[in-house]
Amino acid sequence: MNPLKIVGVALITSLASTAAMADLVFPSLSYRTGAYGANGIPFADGYADYFTLVNERDGGIGGIPAKVIECETGYNTQKGVECYESTKGENPLVYQPLSTGITYQLIPKVTADGIPMHTMGYGRTSAKNGTVFSNVFNYPANYWDGASHAINHILSENGGDIKGKNVALVYHNSAYGKEPIRTLNELSAKHGFKLAEVPVDHPGQEQKSQWLQIRRTRPDYVLMWGWGVMNQVAIQEAVNIGYPMENFIGIWWSGSENDVIPAGAKANGYKALTFHAVGSDFPVFDDIQKHVVDAGKAAGAGDQVGTVLYNRGMYAAMLAVEAAKTAQGIHGTADINAAQMRDGMEALVMDAAKMESLGMAGFGPEFTVDCKNHGGPGLGAMQQWDAGAGEWKLISDFEPSDMEIIQPLIDEDSNAFAEESKIELQECA
Amino acid sequence: MSPDVLYTIEVILNGLMAGVMYSLVALGFVLIFKASGIFNYAQGVMALFAAMTLVGIQNGQVPFSHLINAIFGTHIHHFGWQLPAIVAILLTVVVMIIFAILVERLVLKHLVNQEPIILFMATIGLAYFMEGFGDLMWGSEIKTLDVGLPQGASLALEEYTLKWAAEGSEYYGMYLDKLDMVAALVALALVITLSLFSQYTKTGRALRAVADDHQAALSVGISLRKIWVITWCIAGVVAMVAGVMWGSKSGVQFSLSLIALKALPVLILGGFTSIPGAIIGGLIIGVGEKLFEYSIGPLIGGATENWFAYVLALFFLVFRPQGLFGDKIIERV
Amino acid sequence: MFYRQAGDFKTTYRDDIQTFPLKQDRWGYYIVLAIAFLVVPFFINDYWTSAVMLPFLIYAIASLGLNILTGYCGQVSLGTGGFLAVGAYACYKIMTAFPDLNIFIVVLLSGVITAAVGMLFGIPSLRIKGFYLAVATLAAQFFLVWLFNKVPWFYNNSASGQISAPERSMFGFAVTGPNADAPVRYLFCLTFLVLLAWVARNLTRGRLGRSWMAIRDMDIAAEIIGVNPLKSKLSAFAVSSFFIGVAGALFFSVYLGAVEVGEAFGITQSFLVLFMIIIGGLGSIFGSFAGAAFLVLVPVLLKNIMVNWLGWPTDIAVHIEFMVVGGLIVLFLIAEPHGLAQLWRLAKDKFLLWPFPH
Repeated sequence: MNPLKIVGVALITSLASTAAMADLVFPSLSYRTGAYGANGIPFADGYADYFTLVNERDGGIGGIPAKVIECETGYNTQKGVECYESTKGENPLVYQPLSTGITYQLIPKVTADGIPMHTMGYGRTSAKNGTVFSNVFNYPANYWDGASHAINHILSENGGDIKGKNVALVYHNSAYGKEPIRTLNELSAKHGFKLAEVPVDHPGQEQKSQWLQIRRTRPDYVLMWGWGVMNQVAIQEAVNIGYPMENFIGIWWSGSENDVIPAGAKANGYKALTFHAVGSDFPVFDDIQKHVVDAGKAAGAGDQVGTVLYNRGMYAAMLAVEAAKTAQGIHGTADINAAQMRDGMEALVMDAAKMESLGMAGFGPEFTVDCKNHGGPGLGAMQQWDAGAGEWKLISDFEPSDMEIIQPLIDEDSNAFAEESKIELQECA
Repeated sequence: MSPDVLYTIEVILNGLMAGVMYSLVALGFVLIFKASGIFNYAQGVMALFAAMTLVGIQNGQVPFSHLINAIFGTHIHHFGWQLPAIVAILLTVVVMIIFAILVERLVLKHLVNQEPIILFMATIGLAYFMEGFGDLMWGSEIKTLDVGLPQGASLALEEYTLKWAAEGSEYYGMYLDKLDMVAALVALALVITLSLFSQYTKTGRALRAVADDHQAALSVGISLRKIWVITWCIAGVVAMVAGVMWGSKSGVQFSLSLIALKALPVLILGGFTSIPGAIIGGLIIGVGEKLFEYSIGPLIGGATENWFAYVLALFFLVFRPQGLFGDKIIERV
Repeated sequence: MFYRQAGDFKTTYRDDIQTFPLKQDRWGYYIVLAIAFLVVPFFINDYWTSAVMLPFLIYAIASLGLNILTGYCGQVSLGTGGFLAVGAYACYKIMTAFPDLNIFIVVLLSGVITAAVGMLFGIPSLRIKGFYLAVATLAAQFFLVWLFNKVPWFYNNSASGQISAPERSMFGFAVTGPNADAPVRYLFCLTFLVLLAWVARNLTRGRLGRSWMAIRDMDIAAEIIGVNPLKSKLSAFAVSSFFIGVAGALFFSVYLGAVEVGEAFGITQSFLVLFMIIIGGLGSIFGSFAGAAFLVLVPVLLKNIMVNWLGWPTDIAVHIEFMVVGGLIVLFLIAEPHGLAQLWRLAKDKFLLWPFPH
């Protein structure tokens, strides 16, 4: 039987016998349908599979089984609200809304309800400021880190001097796409490169004007903040105009197999940022194969294991499980609630030894979270598409971003929000 | 010539090509509107469904595999064959014909003689249904469509135009996408076939008769239902062509159903009832929005194409309220 | 048997022209109102408010607005999403610029601003008609969304371009913001809906409403008998946009709390509200309610049945949900092409005569 079905059945039985067994509940606000469904499926599969693995292999988290309640949002804010309200009563430990729109919508709500929220590589960047956003976490990296990583990569390719270089930013004309602009403007002032903004309107099936402009102006580098069909079309158009793919860098949401495969062999060399490793060359995948896929308990079709977005979903689940373990340690009880989970997330330490013990050595950056800094140090890496082998390859280590530029921006934006919404700042020891 | 002039020409040419792509989508709307007075909201979803079916058949996907696996716990996904593109295209045409027959039998037959707004609403229901049905049948992942169409810049053209630029100026030759050129040829062939069909075949004449006057056509013994099936078949095939052209660029995925939005200003500009109107409307919109984005866009922050198409259409409409090629609206009290 | 006209004598003209001439209808209406205001708030929780009642109430307001324009005045509009956005952004700007202003007045002012914008985009309707008019309103849709996305002043220069509603209260109860209680938010929206429905009902059967309907039925004929098309069409645009603006303001401030223009107020919203009034019934106040209820409640209901009771995978449930909603629309149409309101009307007529139909 399909594991989702099992989850569903479990849900019914749990509804029938309310709180007979206190599972640790992790809602999964997934989107397997709609315009972005193709990207939502692997993420949701990875997220669910890791919890299945923890239940099957370790007998749960600290002995208590984890329960994933999946709720379909279709990447739609209104459905996201419905999902949040319908799962809120099940004592959820942490929400991962998987959409910038739903994140913004939930930030005040989770804070009022005392439930933590983890937006991994999306959402509101200034939520990194833990004193303002007490219940929102965005470790290990955010969009402004991403912008800085991309520029750092360009810097390292040019021996540290990019004065006078032209960089174009092709972005989804929405809140998400506009995120990096301010950071890039600051960085361009610092490093002396010229930034050209090239917006693409939703959904982005027709980008002729934008790529003609790029062909005409020949920027040295093109950055992309794209999502959904915009990615595939942009990469195809870049291939068409013969833009050198190794100078074309996407954010992590523009760097999955889905985005490059339609463009075929010529997409070879395209780069994208990431904050976790790629491929399935880790011991944890053997466990997933053994305990989840072979046991017939994989979420979805089970054919997504090892893809970029699957790994991301799995990584998110792993961080949630580790935070739950940390919380169990802090509060001395296995049966934690949302407030305790929040404490666990705020004290999360991901070091090499811990990842090694999980069979995921080097899978993500090493980082620590604390009360003031909910975003970690903002480490990220670069991956490159190898069309011949049909796989992504990491081409750098997890490197830091330029906090000198980013920190003032975060402080400014979060304080403005605190002011506007009259938020009481969290006291940090 | 100075590069600026060449760039402008390049933008216009590419605008024309984009316009052809819009026209391909608009054509399907016009066909159905002409024959039955229905504004077919489901046209975009039909394009998606046709493209999905094409890829599914070509790659030997098992229909409803997801549903079957969920119910029976099996793990079937593929039949394990890989069909030649032409076979897959023909089979897809068959599917679209079956679809047209079903639409007529299950929906339109019961709604003969209703007001246009009600038929429009029926197509809304149809669109909802198809959206769920298509995904359930073929799954929602992005599929790569490869029917052997060429892609990428035409190098020959680039080389040939390189020497047009003035000596010493920075110019890289003119850019045209091969896929767009193919699309233009296909659109041309489609329009010629359609006009020949409607001029010189018996069925075609019947189609035109129905378009002119339903009741008069009925009274001379033309079967309205048969004509509707034929129109929906043709619209299904046109939707498939549009789906293939757009899908080759981005892969076949849900967003393909949104291309209908690109066709709306074209329709309004060209008139709902004119096939040449759909083509010329598309070309005007394509060139207009690309030129505007090229010249004015950078000054006001770009990404103007979405609304500019409508503003352009609006501007034309103020002077010709029935669209460029629409039938003259005669009002009597 | 109990539901009938016989014996219900009217002795004044006032009685004769009241909204619910039947005694039973009147009582039914009062009971529904009493339940909505006095009973529901005590039983409603966060889920029912946020997932069911608020979307229903707010879409009902928007449907009323669009129905005035499209159903009563015959002007097809696909700009609803854009006008909702005007309401939302006006609400945000007023809320942040005048923090002490009462939220009730803020919402009304948002409606007034939207009415002005709506009239502006209504001008082309004087020349363009039918489906072609949709273009003018679509231009509004795309242009407004582009504008709110492009000009940072509208979102107070925040880095992300999202707008979030700060907390505002009425009579000491928080109405917006995360601390607002479910019953308060529900009652706030319900009050608006009841007030606006009352306004709509009385406008549409007054002089203005009759001029709208004259324009709808045949504008040239209407002009000849002395209806001023400029005044009628623009007033329809203004009133309709006012309703939609109020809905947009509530959508942003009370329902979602944070929105981004492209995602929340895209073209799909315009289509959704249009679907609501067509399915509910064009030119009917009840139809606006029925259509909103159908498209808000049926998906939630189907989702709960398939996912929570039957335990189906969420994606399959969504696909089947689309198929069922689509199938239901077609089925209703075949049964009764003039929408749910007409179905309701026929059912009532049957009941009036029951059990002696002849």
